[in-house]
Amino acid sequence: MANVEDKFDAIVVGAGPSGNAAAYTMAREGLNVLQIERGEYAGSKNVQGAILYADALEKIIPEFRDEAPLERHVIEQRMWTMDDTSHTGMHYRSSDFNEAKPNRYTILRAQFDKWFSSKVKEAGALVLCETTVTELVKDLTGTVIGVRTDRQGNPIYADVVVLAEGVNGLVGQRSGLREEVAADSVALAVKEMHFLPRETIEARFNLKGNEGVVIEAMGTITKGMTGTGFLYTNEESISVGIGCIVSDFAQSQVSPSELLEAFKAHPSIAPLIEGAEVKEYAAHLIPEGGYKAIPQLTGEGWIVVGDAGQFVNAVHREGSNLAMTTGRLAAETVVRLHRLGEEMSARNLKDYETRLEASFVMKDLKKYKGIPALLHRNKGTFFGAYPRLISQAMQTWFRVDGVDKKSKEQAILRNFRQTRTLRGLIGDAWSVARAWR
Amino acid sequence: MTDVATAPKVEEKLFQNRYLVDAGKPHIKVRAHEVPSAGLLSMTKLCPAGCYALTESGQVEVAADGCLECGTCRIMTKTTGEIEWNYPRGGFGVLYKFG
Repeated sequence: MANVEDKFDAIVVGAGPSGNAAAYTMAREGLNVLQIERGEYAGSKNVQGAILYADALEKIIPEFRDEAPLERHVIEQRMWTMDDTSHTGMHYRSSDFNEAKPNRYTILRAQFDKWFSSKVKEAGALVLCETTVTELVKDLTGTVIGVRTDRQGNPIYADVVVLAEGVNGLVGQRSGLREEVAADSVALAVKEMHFLPRETIEARFNLKGNEGVVIEAMGTITKGMTGTGFLYTNEESISVGIGCIVSDFAQSQVSPSELLEAFKAHPSIAPLIEGAEVKEYAAHLIPEGGYKAIPQLTGEGWIVVGDAGQFVNAVHREGSNLAMTTGRLAAETVVRLHRLGEEMSARNLKDYETRLEASFVMKDLKKYKGIPALLHRNKGTFFGAYPRLISQAMQTWFRVDGVDKKSKEQAILRNFRQTRTLRGLIGDAWSVARAWR
Repeated sequence: MTDVATAPKVEEKLFQNRYLVDAGKPHIKVRAHEVPSAGLLSMTKLCPAGCYALTESGQVEVAADGCLECGTCRIMTKTTGEIEWNYPRGGFGVLYKFG
């Protein structure tokens, strides 16, 4: 194994999904890789809902299902719009998801990342934990040639530094590679781990074996802020969380922990977690600015992957798959240049951006580039007015009270028109359709 | 159904977590100030770990031992620079068991 004093082919900053994907891919191809992680072990600083999308990992470790710590494979997705006393749901459950190679799993990131890190080590990378990278080292021309850490000693040098440092991205920021994250393009999410016997979870969610359910919810639960709540079933626990855009928290002055308490107390959520033992409380930022918030991704001797590059598809609640894919694509670029004996220059590393453009990552982020701003600009409408209107419509429709159906229909339409006006309704539909395109 | 008014306080939530506190080396410091900016003041409500408090004389102080390392306070004060924010030294700080 390489000595820390040597020069490495690549240094990877961070051991989350993007860093592990990058380090694994490069090490497996024979590069001399050093990965530096500030946590006690890979995963100890990492927070996610969390859902693992198999496809992105399969492209890196095809046989991952045989050994990775997975919780439940998802067979049912519930999308809820909520007001204070109700939820209106669209549920999709299919036994097709009970396939030999399931498509989505719930995971616990601290455990999953630790496993992924063990694969990185097996592939031959040197993984240095409990070490925080403090800055990038540049030569006189401004080319990144290595990193400094909070451990005493000389800088550590490499041909290229892969910044997989996560949403806060301090190293890149402080080295002038990108700006501080904007308060309106990042969400603060808080989450608790609720433990219950697996039989209880299976009974409450109508599950067998390792089947799992995920709930994504929006509505008055975020108190007028842009955001969503979620509930994911794990093997013997339930992850419950809620997140909103930071600038909305600033405006509303709502306490995130109280927001979570209110979500947990909602009559649609409370019975699902009743009697559980809470074993952890976590908070984390999620990049939600989408395509328009993506910073510069490559430069002389450096390349950015994962949350540090704002690679999250907020509309579909996808992040870890974008992280792993960007990590893999960056690594493939580095491996190619290394084999050709080419420099890790800004010009050559652009190959990574070409690969990104050709992948679902940029295609999806581009498709939804107008959505974050649209939702944020109209948060009162999309996270307050419509959820209330939908709930009221459902209640009017389903309550049998001697009122004839025609009158009920008219009352529902009147409510929509009075709340949003006809022009408003058409405008909302038009702007969503345009941003969705 | 849990009553929000009797819900656990943030401090009680933090007791569930594992931390390795770097004693005497807080990773977040509030710079000396007379009057806090709106952004800094809002952290007394917005910090998910309840690390920020208002002193009797009207300044905002931080006790970062229970910090969840989210970064919200740094973003909220990015234009005023009232907070000096670093990651804890390698190995220190919150140690998520589940994440």
